Amino acid sequence: MIEITPLFPLSARGKGMFTLGRQEILTLNQEVRSKKSQIVVKNEKKNREFGIRTFLIACAFVSVLTTVGIVMVLLFETISFFKEVSLFSFLTDTKWTPLFIPQHFGILPLLSGSLLITLGACLVALPFGLMTAIYLSEYAHEKVRRTIKPILEVLAGVPTIVYGYFALTFVTPLIRSIFPDTGVFNALSASIVVGIMILPMVASLSEDAMVAVPRSLRDAAYALGATKLEVATKVVVPAGLSGIISSFVLACSRAIGETMIVTIAAGATPKLTLNPLESIQTMTSFIVQVSGGDIEHGSIEYSTIFAVGMTLFLLTLGINIIAQWITRRYKEEY
Amino acid sequence: MSIIEVRDLNLYYGQHQALHNINMEIEANSITAFIGPSGCGKSTFLRTLNRMNDMIQGVRIDGSVKVVGEDIYESRVDVEILRKNIGMVFQQPNPFPKSIYENITFGPRLHGITDRNKLDEIVESSLKAAALWGEVKDVLKKPAYGLSGGQQQRLCIARALAVNPQILLMDEPTSALDPISTAKIEELLDELKTTYTIVIVTHNMQQAARISDKTAFFLNGELVEFDSTPVIFQNPCDKRTEDYITGRFG
Repeated sequence: MIEITPLFPLSARGKGMFTLGRQEILTLNQEVRSKKSQIVVKNEKKNREFGIRTFLIACAFVSVLTTVGIVMVLLFETISFFKEVSLFSFLTDTKWTPLFIPQHFGILPLLSGSLLITLGACLVALPFGLMTAIYLSEYAHEKVRRTIKPILEVLAGVPTIVYGYFALTFVTPLIRSIFPDTGVFNALSASIVVGIMILPMVASLSEDAMVAVPRSLRDAAYALGATKLEVATKVVVPAGLSGIISSFVLACSRAIGETMIVTIAAGATPKLTLNPLESIQTMTSFIVQVSGGDIEHGSIEYSTIFAVGMTLFLLTLGINIIAQWITRRYKEEY
Repeated sequence: MSIIEVRDLNLYYGQHQALHNINMEIEANSITAFIGPSGCGKSTFLRTLNRMNDMIQGVRIDGSVKVVGEDIYESRVDVEILRKNIGMVFQQPNPFPKSIYENITFGPRLHGITDRNKLDEIVESSLKAAALWGEVKDVLKKPAYGLSGGQQQRLCIARALAVNPQILLMDEPTSALDPISTAKIEELLDELKTTYTIVIVTHNMQQAARISDKTAFFLNGELVEFDSTPVIFQNPCDKRTEDYITGRFG
């Protein structure tokens, strides 16, 4: 409402509603004009909005361009590698000795090393992670959950070098006390510890997926006479499956890409083997070995790391695509 | 014959007492309606009848609830078997994110039925009992979420019937539905009462008047009045019941 200073005596105001004096009309006009100017002139704000928008787009592009750049570098270096080594021998040769004579460029030993570590890590992390998540989301009291969840997230933040030393100085001696023939560097120790490293991630993300399942679905199952375990395994896990699978996949990708633990504990012996008690080498630890050594830039030895990097990249990409397919296939929407 | 007998029931959420000294007898093969304003304890009371309150932390109960003569709060009672015998339908339709067929067979499978023919039979009879068979018989493998709200709620009723309960508890089963779906469900309840004992919580007094044999009026956690439905709606003894029925509050 616009305040009007009365020109008329109070008694006359009732009937004088529509008969405004000159003074009132002037004030009213002014008010309207100032309001109008507030409505129309907004350029400053508009400019700011535009500026922010441009800035945010630029930010988004930086990350996209960086990714494109990395892939391009990988691609060009890989192409130059394959000018000297045939793709066929890269995929089928069972020896990987690019740094010695005679040189062999077979990716299989490194690939088997990485897969051995990943398989072992998943065997540790997926069942325990899933069971932890089921416990936290379905069984634990609210208080317990609120204590354990942050601890899990802290565990996920422990530097991998610490895990590496844990593998070498604690887990390896333990394994050697059971299997005395085991080498100081072995795949088993590294894969167990990689599994421990990714376990909190599996547990935490799967738990998020399970907690998001609506309470009403649990009630429905309980009302039909389901036990807690049945509710967890037949309702909550299936309903949260897409989230659980993505946590598995993220964890697997991290296990494949894990570098520090395997470099420290698994050794540097590219070997086509499925025996976890032997020393092996993964793709990542090979890249570390070459990047850290005194290999001449531009040589064939040097470009091997890009070929290996490309393989690693395609592998994780493939896993992600498969996981997305699985997620879509088995998704239960609620 | 009364199938449910409640004696001196008190229920506490921590310090707060939500139900005060409830006494009630519910007869078999009848429809009993619970009415009352929001927060009066009618849903809480309904959930004590199949021990769904067990899941809520900090709930304490004293007094006795007897179903077919057995106190359901005794330690030797198997809660899963109890809940199998006392089905429940909720306010919001809550089908599982699975196919229509799997929704119905979920309960029977829990209780050990794996024979394919037996399951097919249960699916057909439950859907027929819930007046849904005609609408879904060709799409049993389709996801339950493709059904309309009213169909979903009838699916939930069919799912509850599939484990062959004696009593069916319904917590405002039509409050999320349109009038046509509501009418269908009310019609259905009238048929179901020949086989089952139905206890229904409703917000809608006309609904209680239309479908129930007996009506209980709750206020602030107390059972104010419990009598046959015509008496409650035409000639209530308690002033508070009359005030609520005539719309003076609530």
